Amino acid sequence: MKWRRTAAVARKEALQVVRDPRSLMIALLLPLMQMFLLGYGVKLDVNNIPLCVVDEDDSQQSRELVQRFVASRYFALRAVDRTVAPAARRIDAGMCRLALVLPPRLSESLVTRQGAAVQLLVDGTDSNTATIAAGYARSIVDAYATGLQVSLLQQRGYPTHSMTPLDVRPRVWFNEELESSHFIIPGVVALVMAVIGSQLSSLTIAREWERGTMELLLSTPVSRLELMVGKLAPYFLIGLVDAAICVGLAVGWFDVPFRGAALTLFGTTCLYLAVVLSIGYLVSVSIRSQVGASQVALVLTMLPTTLLSGFTFPIDQMPAVVQGVTTLVSARYYVTIVKAVFLKGSSALELAVPIACLAMYAAIVVALAARSFRKTLD
Amino acid sequence: MFQRILQMLVKEFLQLRRDKSARFRLLVPPVIQILLFGYAATFEVFNVATIVADQDHTPESRALVAEFVHSSRFQVKANATSSAQVEAAIQRSDVHVGIVVPAGFSHRLRAGQEAPIQVLLDGTNSNTALIAGGYVGQISQAFARTQATSLLAASGHALTAPRVAIEMQPRFWFNPNLDSRWFFVPGVIGSLVLVTIVNLTAFAIVREREVGTLEQLLVTPIRPVEFILGKTLPFFLIGLLEVAIVAGIGLLWFRVPFTGSAWVLFGGTCLFLLSALGIGLLISTVCRTQQQAFASNFFILNPMFILSGFGFPIASMPEPLQWLTLANPLRHFLVIIRGTFLKGVGLEVLWPEFAALALLATVLLTGSVLRFRKSLD
Repeated sequence: MKWRRTAAVARKEALQVVRDPRSLMIALLLPLMQMFLLGYGVKLDVNNIPLCVVDEDDSQQSRELVQRFVASRYFALRAVDRTVAPAARRIDAGMCRLALVLPPRLSESLVTRQGAAVQLLVDGTDSNTATIAAGYARSIVDAYATGLQVSLLQQRGYPTHSMTPLDVRPRVWFNEELESSHFIIPGVVALVMAVIGSQLSSLTIAREWERGTMELLLSTPVSRLELMVGKLAPYFLIGLVDAAICVGLAVGWFDVPFRGAALTLFGTTCLYLAVVLSIGYLVSVSIRSQVGASQVALVLTMLPTTLLSGFTFPIDQMPAVVQGVTTLVSARYYVTIVKAVFLKGSSALELAVPIACLAMYAAIVVALAARSFRKTLD
Repeated sequence: MFQRILQMLVKEFLQLRRDKSARFRLLVPPVIQILLFGYAATFEVFNVATIVADQDHTPESRALVAEFVHSSRFQVKANATSSAQVEAAIQRSDVHVGIVVPAGFSHRLRAGQEAPIQVLLDGTNSNTALIAGGYVGQISQAFARTQATSLLAASGHALTAPRVAIEMQPRFWFNPNLDSRWFFVPGVIGSLVLVTIVNLTAFAIVREREVGTLEQLLVTPIRPVEFILGKTLPFFLIGLLEVAIVAGIGLLWFRVPFTGSAWVLFGGTCLFLLSALGIGLLISTVCRTQQQAFASNFFILNPMFILSGFGFPIASMPEPLQWLTLANPLRHFLVIIRGTFLKGVGLEVLWPEFAALALLATVLLTGSVLRFRKSLD
């Protein structure tokens, strides 16, 4: 491998990027768009869930319980009805996500052996929001019942200490406020790298074929290794700049904590870039039209990175077969690393397993890519 | 006129039949995507890896731990002796939940004092942590109530003391088991069809322009309106077919229920396809090459997908983004498709979405046809 020839290819490719506004647009606009779009658009936090109340009791107690829901930041009271029918219509129409039904004589049945029952009608369409909302509602109702009992026992002179025997002290680590953007945004860095890296490199060889410059290229003494290194070097630099932009936005704009070592992130980002650039290059070698190549590259990187990397959907909740498939997705390792470096402040040693997997992955795809190009015309 | 449109139709289908890669792109990615989403996209929380440190070793502490062991939500993977071990396991990501029952737990319980238990949650995945934290709360509250009852009984007040109990009975409508799949699969149908139709339309016209066959077509007696109709009608039909295929997989393979009226869904699909065709046509009037069309598609389709309520609730977005979603046909179609699949509601509920889609389709199609005619001149 001669450096002079490699540098010449790199210089040519870099000039081509600078003079092709479309490539530049992808390289610079795309990370910004993805960061802002996903940073603001992808939120799983559940606040102000539209709620309606069916108060068939209309007593002091029922109003107190409703007041607890109003005071909570998780619910936004939209309507109070006397019967279930209008509430059901609201849920049907999607105006309310849940209806709290307080049955008649609730206040009387509160202090009986059988106890009282309140019903919660939940729109289960969005199963995740429904799960979280039902959890909040349950804790409000539980807290109200406990409080009421304590005050009743006190009034009548019973020992009250038995009433709150369990004091659950939850501590959340790594993402103390359970901010969903802190969980999503580090993954966006991986997504942006995957899309940009593979998109840009998927054009490199296909472009030569399409523009008819391939024959020219083949007549030069450049070897296939020199060609690959030279072609991908400019994109590697662009990828690093994009990574810096994304990390900068994540920390500076979206206030995601960065607790790990920048060097760990830099090293693994280089590995990951090598993977995605090589995948794009492989696609480019095998598909001779630019459009076809970029489409295939998009499907090959975007889908697995979004769905099978643990970016939003936890891998341990997937069926075993799908979990097996995720081990073949390079983004899985990089997403694990990025999230751990950002939120947990993990060291390179703690991340040895995913880093080793990523390095192995990189070695294999780079080797495949280096061997893929044939210096023949057909 | 109809004859000329028919001839365009024949030409388009012939072209599609002879283009192997186009056929492949039409069929394979949608099937892969619906399978992926059906199997991989889940927000449910079951069998969360958990570590427990019971430092109390009493019947009470063991009873509490047993509640977690028997819950389907948690999978107790290891038992630790110290909180340091629990913390180390979470730091290594071996487990996501750690529960520490400190020494003296049962002593305090029997004495009627507050007995603390520590719960450590890995917040990296905020959603899982939030839901798992809720389940920890539920299990320990239930345990606390049983304990309180037996304590009152032990102190001899069981029969006379007032006992307040409110049982909350949640009923989940439209998706009784809160199956994520029921939420995602109908959504995939909408987003897949959007991507396919916009891509097909934009590429088909830009390709004719790039290859130069557009000018050939223009010298034939065909009129612009006929050209547009002949060009888009095949994609409209393909779109309907694709909805049928993907919906079929959702119904038969993933067993997502369809409770509404097929006609309402059909009507909504037609309006949605018209909007998608409008978007594709608009892109084709702006782009000169297929490469440009590809980039434009990405920059338009990706935001549409994210700002549609497909996976992430619109209500949680910042308000300006919420307004923006109103101009997104996919947002309205997802309401229609989930409404017909899961809720079984009809036009009496879905009319605002139909109106919005009709308006968007009209604006997009008129705009694109006007621009398109200009770009032909």
